[in-house]
Amino acid sequence: MNIFIQMWRSLFRTGVTDSPVHRVFRVVVNFSLHLHPARVSKNGIKTTYTFCLGGLNVLFFVMTAITGGLLMIYYTPDVDKAYANMLDLENVIPFGTFLRNLHRVSAHAMVIAVSLHMLRVFLTASYKSPREFNWVIGVGLLLMTFLLSFTGYLLPWDQLSYWAVTVGTTMAENTPIVGAKGPFSVLGPEEDMRFILLGGTSIDQPTLIRFYFAHCVGLPGALVGLMALHFWRVRKAGGISRPL
Amino acid sequence: MNDKIEIKERLRLLTVIREEALLRQRDIYPREEKVDTWPNLLVKELIALLIFTIVLVVWSLVQDAPLEELANPGLTPKEAKAPWYFVGLQELLVYFDPWIAGVVFPTIILVGLALIPYLDPDPIKGVGRYAIGKRKFATFCFIFGFTMWFALVAVGQYFRGPGWNFYLPWESWDSPKEVEVALTNFPLVAGIAFLACYYILGLGIPAVTFQNFFWRLGLIRYHITMILLMTMMLVPVKILLRQVFHIRYIVQTPWFNI
Repeated sequence: MNIFIQMWRSLFRTGVTDSPVHRVFRVVVNFSLHLHPARVSKNGIKTTYTFCLGGLNVLFFVMTAITGGLLMIYYTPDVDKAYANMLDLENVIPFGTFLRNLHRVSAHAMVIAVSLHMLRVFLTASYKSPREFNWVIGVGLLLMTFLLSFTGYLLPWDQLSYWAVTVGTTMAENTPIVGAKGPFSVLGPEEDMRFILLGGTSIDQPTLIRFYFAHCVGLPGALVGLMALHFWRVRKAGGISRPL
Repeated sequence: MNDKIEIKERLRLLTVIREEALLRQRDIYPREEKVDTWPNLLVKELIALLIFTIVLVVWSLVQDAPLEELANPGLTPKEAKAPWYFVGLQELLVYFDPWIAGVVFPTIILVGLALIPYLDPDPIKGVGRYAIGKRKFATFCFIFGFTMWFALVAVGQYFRGPGWNFYLPWESWDSPKEVEVALTNFPLVAGIAFLACYYILGLGIPAVTFQNFFWRLGLIRYHITMILLMTMMLVPVKILLRQVFHIRYIVQTPWFNI
């Protein structure tokens, strides 16, 4: 029996004893829990203060990351295969539709929750000193969330995604100065913003692979980096805001 | 009288501490009630996690992700819509040229949002509570922009059909829409004058009317704040001009139109 106790103790070092010291110790020694301080302000954990929005964003992000990783297994970023992969997901792969639905729904939930989180932080004036720059990082996270959603939109390679991305990238063509059709344009259609974004003059294989990289590696990497900074700065500012 | 002067002379300045430094200190090291993270916070997090995992699972069981025909560059669909969170910008294309709706406005929105902490002159008012009444101007600006973004998304998503014509959600897209009324433009000089007046009066009148506000923000903060606000207000102004007065462009030049 001792061997099992030893195994359990090696995993969860603190045991089940409940005392103030154990409560603190349990948070401090745990890798995922150490994001939290050992003790938190009473005001900060009121559900009606934060509505759990920041934490929910983490949940939605983790959910998209897990389902996204699984979807990568069944997906090839090739214009001749991508759509067939989608049909396979729907018709052949067990729980394929569910996997895709869950990925899509979590992404939508994240866009909504990020917006509401920003609203909450604004209404409680939590962007004020010493948290000014953390708000700026938050704006960065908002942008990353939108870009992640947008780049993912192209990947199914169906009519919906093709034309939605057409609408979106046409905007880049109209950028002043650096867009081919924008005011005071100095660059031709084969060297402007849209060309850089699409990797060509129309949405094709180079676009798909660019968006695939951005969606699966580039943007999630940037998002995780910014998230780490965001949480770190929350802690360094003394936890979430409270009445002064 | 003499006594007072004597007392004054006996005082010595020991140190000067900036007000914000004190506030910062108070903020970082608050003397107020704390509770153990385990179990108070973690139980709440677990409950939120379970509830919303269930919500996501149920949502993805009842609604299937759309999948249309294979992408076909040669076949433009009846309505090409951006993803829903960008539909608000697409809706703005009715009122502005793409370089404004698709590039300038998103840039201004992001820069403006990032500037908020530096434009708000008060370091403590309303921190840590929903004290909307104490921050009327700030709250008005933010809620106005926030609501407008989602209102434009809603209009674009649910009220626009083929050719980006206005359709009520229950209206059939097959019913043809009457040809839109002819739109006119301001003459160039009038347009420039209109825009100039818009910004000069928009910045000038509040500066004179609310002098306290003006001085509290200071010259730079005031101008950035009001230029951002007036630019945001350009959206409802332009919607009004187009829908009520049938004006397409305020300023029309061979190079760009506003």
